[in-house]
Parts: sequence; C-alpha cells; structure tokens
Amino acid sequence: MLTWIVRRLFQAFFVVVAMTVIVFIGVHVIGNPVDILISPEADQAERARIIAEMGLDQPLWKQYFFFVNDVLHGNLGRSFVFNEPALKLIGSRMPATLELAVTAVLFSICFGVPLGLYAGLRPDSFAGRAIMAGSILGFSLPSFWVGLMLIMTFAVHLGILPSTGRGETAALFGIQWSFLTWDGLRHMFMPALNLSLFNISLVLRLTRAGVRETLPMDYIKFARAKGLSPRRVILVHVLKNIMIPVVTVVGLELGSTIAFAVVTESVFAWPGMGKLIIDSINVLDRPVIVAYLMMIVLLFITINLLVDILYTILDPRVRLETKA
Amino acid sequence: MSTTLVPAVREETPFRRFVSEFAASKLALVGLVGFTIIALLAIFASWITPQNPYDLAQLDIMDGRLPPGSPSLAGYTYLLGTDDQGRDMFSGMLYGLRISLTVGVGSAMFAAVVGSSLGLLAAYAGGRTDMIIMRLVDLQLSFPSILVALMILAALGKGVMNVVFALVIVEWAYYARTVRATAMVERRREYIEAAECLALPYRRIMFYHLLPNCLPPLIVIATQQVARAIALEATLSFLGLGVPITEPSLGLLIANGYQYMLSGKYWISFYPGIALLLTIVSINLVGDQLRDVLNPRLKR
Repeated sequence: MLTWIVRRLFQAFFVVVAMTVIVFIGVHVIGNPVDILISPEADQAERARIIAEMGLDQPLWKQYFFFVNDVLHGNLGRSFVFNEPALKLIGSRMPATLELAVTAVLFSICFGVPLGLYAGLRPDSFAGRAIMAGSILGFSLPSFWVGLMLIMTFAVHLGILPSTGRGETAALFGIQWSFLTWDGLRHMFMPALNLSLFNISLVLRLTRAGVRETLPMDYIKFARAKGLSPRRVILVHVLKNIMIPVVTVVGLELGSTIAFAVVTESVFAWPGMGKLIIDSINVLDRPVIVAYLMMIVLLFITINLLVDILYTILDPRVRLETKA
Repeated sequence: MSTTLVPAVREETPFRRFVSEFAASKLALVGLVGFTIIALLAIFASWITPQNPYDLAQLDIMDGRLPPGSPSLAGYTYLLGTDDQGRDMFSGMLYGLRISLTVGVGSAMFAAVVGSSLGLLAAYAGGRTDMIIMRLVDLQLSFPSILVALMILAALGKGVMNVVFALVIVEWAYYARTVRATAMVERRREYIEAAECLALPYRRIMFYHLLPNCLPPLIVIATQQVARAIALEATLSFLGLGVPITEPSLGLLIANGYQYMLSGKYWISFYPGIALLLTIVSINLVGDQLRDVLNPRLKR
C-alpha cells in the first residue's frame, strides 16, 4: 500500500516536471520570452535591463533552471494589465470560482437525485420519459448557448434575475463571498444552474439506473414485506445504496466543473479565475496565462492523486488489481 | 413433416441486417434525415442563400439589426433578421454551419486516424509501447477537454488550423482507448494467428486484418466525437479563442449577437444557436442508435 502510494506520488511528480518543460518550451522556445515576459510598453534601456536580470542571455538549460526556481518560489511574473503578481491576482479571483463550482455541484445533487428517483420509480410514465429526454438535451446542448437563453428569458424578458456580475458580497475569513447576501444569491442562481446542467443530467441518469437496479433486490422486497412504508423503503433503503456512486461521480466532477466554469463565467461576466484567463488570453497578458496554466495543472494532478489514493483505501479490488 | 415452408426472404447480408436494425428506431431516422438536410444546406450554401454574407458589396449597413421577416433593399426578405453589419442571418448561418461542420468532421476524422493507429499499435505491439501509449491516454483523459484546448490555443493563437489541431489533441485518446480494447480481443483470434503464420508484414496484419474488425466501435466513437468537436469548437469560438472573425462559425455568430441580446434583439444569437443545437442533437440521435446496433453486448 505504502509503496503503491510512493510510486503514485513519484508519477505525479514526473507529470509536474513534464508540464514545466512543456510550459517552458511554450514560453521560451516557441514564443519569444522577451515579448512574453516584458511589457510591450517598456523602453529600450528597460528591456536590456530586464533581459539581463531575467537571464535571457544565458544558455537554454540554465534558463530552464531559472524558470523552475521562479515557479518554486511562486514568482510567475507580474500581470501587464493589473500590475500585480500573477499568482496573487489569480488567488484573489479564486473564491468566486470555487463558490460557483461548489454551488453548481450542490445543484446537481438537489435537482438530479429527485428527478432521477422519479424517472427510476415511474420509468414508463410521461414525466419519466420527459425527464430522460431532457437529460439527453442536458448532455448535448452547448452550455454557453443555454446560458445566453437563460439570460434572455429570466433577465431580459421576465426581468426577475440580474443578468451579469457577482452582486453584493460579504466578508467571511477575510474573503468576499456572494452566497452570504440575498443579492449575491440572486446573481449566483443562473450561472450556477447553467454550470450544473451537465452534472444534473449525469446525476439524474446515475440515480435512475441505480433505482432500476436496486428495486428488484431481495433486501428491498424484504423491507416491503416487513410492512415498512413506501416512503421509508425508498428514502432509506433505496436511496442510501445509490448515493455511493452518485457521491463518487460528483466528487470526481468537481475538477471539471472548475474547468468548465471558464465558459459560464464568460457568459455571465462572473469575476472568477475563468473569466480572468479568457480576458488575459484576449489581451495577451502572458504572465497570467502561464501562472493559470501551471496552477490548474497542479490542481488537477492533486485531485487525480487524491482520488486514486482514496479509491485504493475504499475499494480493495483496485488494490488487488494493481498487484496482479 | 417432409417439407417445410421456406418464406421467400431476401438473402440476409450483414449490411442489410444493419440497415434494418438501424431503421427500427424512428428517432434515429429523424436524426439521420435531419443531419442530411443540415449537411446539404451547408454544402450548397452559396446556391441557397439570397446573399453572400462575406461579399461587402452585397451588405447594407442601413439594414443592420432588422428583426426577422423585414424586407431588404434588394427585394428579398430577411427570414431570420440581420446582424449589426446588415448581414442576412439566414445566409450567415448557412455559411457558419459550413465552417462548423468542416472543423468538426475534419478534426474527428483526423483524430480517428491518429488515435486508432496508436490504439492498434498499443494492442499489437504490447509491452512497453502499450504501456507508454496508454499512460499518455490516461493522462490526456484526466484533464477536461476544454482545459486542454484552452492551453493549446493560448500557446498557438487563433486560427482554423489551430482549432483543428487542438480538437485532434483533445480527441485522439478516446479513439486510442476504444480501438485498443477491441483489438486486444481480436488479436487472439485464429485469423490473426493465420496471418502471422503466413509471415505477413506487421503493417499489413494491423491495417488489413485487425483494423476492419475493430470498425464497429470505432464508427460509434467517431459519430459521438463529431458532435463533441462541433460543440467544443462553438464554445471556443464563443470565447474568442477559436476561428478568426473572417471565418465565422456558428459559435462566433452567437458571440456576435451576445452584446445585442440585452436590448431584446434576440435573433442574432438565437437562430445560430438553434442551428447548432439541431446539428448536435441529430448527430447524437444517429450515434445512440449506432451504439445500440453495433454493440455486440446488446445483441439479442
């Protein structure tokens, strides 16, 4: 077990090193680092000073070590646009994204499980079929367009929800959060719903499949035979057993929800990391792009590592498989 | 009982069986017809549309942002309204559809070639080659598609070819995984052994003997990936990272209409979105039925 984790850690480390090489090549070999890392507004003297200071006149392998050294010290350059360290800038936008992603995941459970339960209990009813057809739409609709349609319906035509922005925020642990104010919640509803559509469909289908699988089981028949009320059989005996895969999948999806927040944040002008990276790409604010990519790659490698380790702890079959 | 009545049936070939099984689902037929119509509209766009949306001489800025059904100065009706440049939305949409379909189908095909070659190689060569290729596949699939595409386009910049490249990088792993899984089963069969005994070259065994037998799952994956590629391209173009403004796909048309939507001019974003939606849904309907028909595990 321990050797397995050590080996897995070693692999993750190797991937991180590979990523730094790829990003380094992207910045220093394909692109011109002088253009990338120095503000276009700098004059000749300043350019020469920065080139010498950053060691861009050194051989390539030395430059790579400088780059890794900078990354390890959290020094990924300053944003041209905001004139702040890139990492600090991304950090300041992170709570907005996390808040949105977590709300979206909560939505996917709150909407997905009841709908899936209904579709599983009454698979042949009209509503059951309609829910399943709707879930296909949830998979195939491009989410940015759904976002636009939500704005058009709720903000433009009905005028009941605000279209863009984060609304009023309140401080908790020194960070500004939207979910603490009514105005912020109103602003968060549409983006969170938009972001969670895919996950709602996913959870819904998982729940429905789980219900269909669990209902014919002996322990359900036994619970019914004992004379338990249908409500108790469904809520306790059926639901408890299907929550395990649902929770696993939702946990796994948190990472891609953060990644897909890029789209939702752009549609709803939600000031999170995703909107920041898209704006940065459009104005070529390269230090921010590099910092975002390095950080998100690290985030994903950490998530994958944790999931793998948790799986081995929770499910002994995985452990046996790797030994064989 | 000396004679049994043999009903006069047409000889059942695998292809005929496939067609009749596919046609069993009305929904799949609707999808197929829908996709065919969409593809024809896109291919013959320049004959169908009343206006060439890229010919500036045919545009009139005075006709900008007209609602659907308005008459144009040149005598025809703007069926779906006009955008801010006075471009007929119907014409712009068909031309945009053409770009979306080309990028989607092109990248899916290209990814199929790269991915299935690597998958075949992994299955056939085994050992270290297999391990390296499958590690790459695992790594690729552990990152969400939008993130990988974002990274590539941030490094390379806009452009149709760059988008195709990014989509191929995002998609090849799905093909590789599917083809490898099928080929692992097929390569233990007798016909591969026979081919090996004939001392045929590896390339020939891989592409003439193994590949044709891996086709059914490959076709299913390819259909799904075309739909995914079209959706992803639209998303990237909407974010301003995809195709350049000179070659607007459906995603870019939707993005152009975004700023006018808050003032109630919905049609600039709405109709290209509907076109995108119909395209993706019709491909998915066909794909779902193909999966049911071609999946041997679901065979009765």
